[in-house]
Amino acid sequence: MMDPGRVKRRVAVVGAGMTLFRRRLKETGRELSFYAAKMALEQAGITLRDVDAVVCGSAPDAFDGVHMKGEYLLDGMGGHCRPYMRVFVGGGTGVFTPIAAWWHVASGHFDIVLAIAEEKMSSCHPHPQKAFTTIFDPMLTRPLGANLVWIFALEMMRYMSVHGVKKEQIATIAVKNKRNALDHPCAQLPAKITVQDVLNSEVMVWPVQRLDISPPSDGAAAVVLASEHMAKQLTDDPVWIDGVGWCLDSTYWTNRDLYYPKYVEYAARMAYRMAGIKDPPKEIDVAEPYDPFDYKEAHHAEGLMLARKGEYLKDVKDENDIFAKYGRDGDLPVCPSGGLLGVGNPIAAAGMMKVCEIFWQLRGEAGRRQVKNDPRTGVAQAWGDLMQIGTVIVMRR
Amino acid sequence: MSERIKEYRGTYYGRKELEEGLVPAFHDRPYALYAWATGVAMGRFLAELKNGRIIGRRCRRCGRVLVPPRMFCEFCFRPTDEWAYVADTGTVLTYSVSYLGPAAERLKEPVVIAVIQLDGASPGIGILHKLGEVKPEEVHVGMRVKAVWKAPEEREGAITDIAYFRPLKEGERGR
Repeated sequence: MMDPGRVKRRVAVVGAGMTLFRRRLKETGRELSFYAAKMALEQAGITLRDVDAVVCGSAPDAFDGVHMKGEYLLDGMGGHCRPYMRVFVGGGTGVFTPIAAWWHVASGHFDIVLAIAEEKMSSCHPHPQKAFTTIFDPMLTRPLGANLVWIFALEMMRYMSVHGVKKEQIATIAVKNKRNALDHPCAQLPAKITVQDVLNSEVMVWPVQRLDISPPSDGAAAVVLASEHMAKQLTDDPVWIDGVGWCLDSTYWTNRDLYYPKYVEYAARMAYRMAGIKDPPKEIDVAEPYDPFDYKEAHHAEGLMLARKGEYLKDVKDENDIFAKYGRDGDLPVCPSGGLLGVGNPIAAAGMMKVCEIFWQLRGEAGRRQVKNDPRTGVAQAWGDLMQIGTVIVMRR
Repeated sequence: MSERIKEYRGTYYGRKELEEGLVPAFHDRPYALYAWATGVAMGRFLAELKNGRIIGRRCRRCGRVLVPPRMFCEFCFRPTDEWAYVADTGTVLTYSVSYLGPAAERLKEPVVIAVIQLDGASPGIGILHKLGEVKPEEVHVGMRVKAVWKAPEEREGAITDIAYFRPLKEGERGR
């Protein structure tokens, strides 16, 4: 395991930016990347000239239909004539992108690195689901007619069945996140809904119903990372990346028990150890676990050890309970942004949005979304590939 | 979004605008065909399906019987040691009822799918398949099931040589 003492340099986030998240945007992926990147640079008070290297994050090439996506996006991402690389770990990409940017700086190679995550799912028309089916094994899974929602539904059923968690409890997460998103200016699906609305919504792949699920989206988000000495010159309010972790489980996903994402736990342990966190529920003030489906917030909060296995929703019976426990003024604010369920899910950009949110929350800049506990430590997490990767960042002010 | 930021970019358009040509768009589709080599382990697995049998590989170091088979054990990171037939009966580990097809199109009749731990495979080692001859509301985790094979002349060495799994009948024994 990593020895935190061997990390060469401390790294801070000094700026963040993002575009609107929408089902379809007229702008191309390059244009969206440019807008998010430019905003992050402006917030950091620098220009591209100050940037030493660029890290791109974007999920399956099949969405854009250009199988060289990193290079396709390069110019809009500010990668022209500088060290540039793309990372891709499915849905985990959004948090993995700033992790990759972190090691660029922590290694001592670079002082200022721009990290941008982009997704344009609408290019795959009429629905990106067909592109998603190409992630499955061509001999084992695709001949059965699989779609992406299958694997979530199987995982959700396993989670509910092992722990005796009810759909009514899980639906409260959709209620919370979509309501939180009402305060997010970029949000695609903000809404005031009830548990009953979720339970009455169209069944897609049981137990997943329409309001349990996040939408396909277009969008981009970016952060600027700086070494300690540069960060202190650039801002009085740097937000430090004190822990990073990632871990992948086997791709043979039918060969593991889906009730618990142990790979998320391993990633979290790596990040917590680096950040010196011993008691996550006590030491973490605000969390953005990955919530492409409502049950995933519970699944991942447990993987992040913010609750014991199967107990994230133990005391949650209705909407009041979820806000009391995990609302912005609750015991532990979770997904104050509105999450993927409310803000939208442009795959890689969605994870990066969570990193941006923790940055803004820790700086006290989140406006109407600001959590009430004067947060000092936050965690953002993403998840993906074939239900097998966890990517975790711990941030502090 | 930070409260320091006043303007955020992006211009939404609807599906209707696209389909009516109100938003300029360039249309194309990739033409890419594949012939995947089945490989050593999967090749045998598929050939055995054609024979009406399910085969895995055993790793003698960790003792696991792996289905689908592979020539290496990802735990021990060494070659697996021998072929091992497993039964065509098993237990439902998790299941779901899909009203969506591969392109997210609505299905008239839902498909019931499950991860099934086959008898003879190691605990937690499951395969994905469909369930049939059962009402969706009757399926449960822990349900015992048995493969329903296509007729031998219809089999082609594919996972679909098993048409689906059906509930094990009362008194019917799994292996």
